[in-house]
Amino acid sequence: MREIHFDNIVSALRQLCIDANVEIRPDTVEAFHRALVQEDSDVGREVLKQLIRNAEVAKEQRIPFCQDTGYAVVFVELGQQVHIVGGSFADALNEGVRRGYQEGFLRKSLVRNPIERINTGDNTPAVINTEVVPGENLKISLLIKGAGCDNVSALRMFTPTEGLEAAKDFIVATADRAGPNASPPFVIGIGIGGPFARAALLAQKALLWPVGKPNADKALAAVEEELVERINRLGIGPAGFGGRITALGVHIEVHATHIASFPVAVNVDCHSHRGKEVVL
Amino acid sequence: MNICETIYIETPLTRKTLKRLHSGDQVQIFGGIYTARDAAHARMWQAIKQGKELPFDPKGQVIFYVGPTPPPPGHVIGSAGPTTASRMDAFTPMLIERGLRGMIGKGRRSDEVRKAAMQYGCVYFGAVEGTAALLSGCIQTAEVVAYKDLGPEAVLRLTVQSFPAVVVNDLYGGDIYAEGRNKYQRPWPD
Repeated sequence: MREIHFDNIVSALRQLCIDANVEIRPDTVEAFHRALVQEDSDVGREVLKQLIRNAEVAKEQRIPFCQDTGYAVVFVELGQQVHIVGGSFADALNEGVRRGYQEGFLRKSLVRNPIERINTGDNTPAVINTEVVPGENLKISLLIKGAGCDNVSALRMFTPTEGLEAAKDFIVATADRAGPNASPPFVIGIGIGGPFARAALLAQKALLWPVGKPNADKALAAVEEELVERINRLGIGPAGFGGRITALGVHIEVHATHIASFPVAVNVDCHSHRGKEVVL
Repeated sequence: MNICETIYIETPLTRKTLKRLHSGDQVQIFGGIYTARDAAHARMWQAIKQGKELPFDPKGQVIFYVGPTPPPPGHVIGSAGPTTASRMDAFTPMLIERGLRGMIGKGRRSDEVRKAAMQYGCVYFGAVEGTAALLSGCIQTAEVVAYKDLGPEAVLRLTVQSFPAVVVNDLYGGDIYAEGRNKYQRPWPD
């Protein structure tokens, strides 16, 4: 049995919130540079250069690279040999978010209730997904989810005979509908399988993958590659001003599903793509 | 469009200035602008319905759809990129009818907004959401003018210098989102 203290979890999450918002992921910056090589549109190239420059300025000045410092979505892999001491695990994660958003001068973007719409004032509560795994490590992955792109995300329950081809059309149509509203070029997470809710969770989790890294499953990697090509052919381009690059990466997660179902969820992320992890 | 040619424009905007602008033009904005997003627009709409005064006279002014991050020590404002403009569409024509001349945001506008903008004279500018740290550096002053209780959604008056934007919808029906897409769209399969 290994003990991990409440305070260590608080400080780890505080730091993750700040770092994820001020330091753009190296894989995202690499994706911007790859896009710059492929982009023909002058204005598209100019937007990509500004994104690269923006990342540098944010890091230098320790200010967020996007003003929507988003929803804190936490994916936890909790080793079954770990014992958390000093307080409740959920409280530790929320306290880390509270401190990170307060001390890091991040925007508090959550309202307590969608109908009343009163700001919670500290960007809590975090969304916490916990999986218990073998071992004695605690892995915390933080996804920062902005709303402009989340608002254009979609889920559809296809029938098994409609299958993959219908799913691909739906994914491309979702990116098309997202268009300039969701800040392209996008990173797109796809969840296929499970019952309804699992597909959405998988789509969100797929956003944690390194941008543009092909799937380990060769058949899925081919589908991802085709989807990137088809989405790029929409011509929406960087910031929607027209261009060759509309998607930086498409990542698919699959799960078992019911014999009657073919669920497909599409979680769109904008070019301010944020995720970071720590292992305690 | 030629991105090397930047058009410099000063607020408050005049119809003469707007007439020079065409979709796809790269501009830099100088002068005072106001911030307002979802909750502030809902309140301004209430104010108009109840016959009350707006927090500022929209005549000749520019609204920037933004909810900035809090200013760290030594900064006048935090990061400040545009939010999705379509969420303000329902409230926008009433402001355009009252003299609003410019809007800065991201994403497509409704037919009603574009129609009102052409009729009364208002241009929609697109800024790049993922340049919030760069845009912050173009903001020289920021003061709350209304709805302070809305936190990041309060109405601020900003003074901006060399604030970069692209003309999305001009007075002539131009739309860079449609024009840009048409130029680069390719069929699938080949």
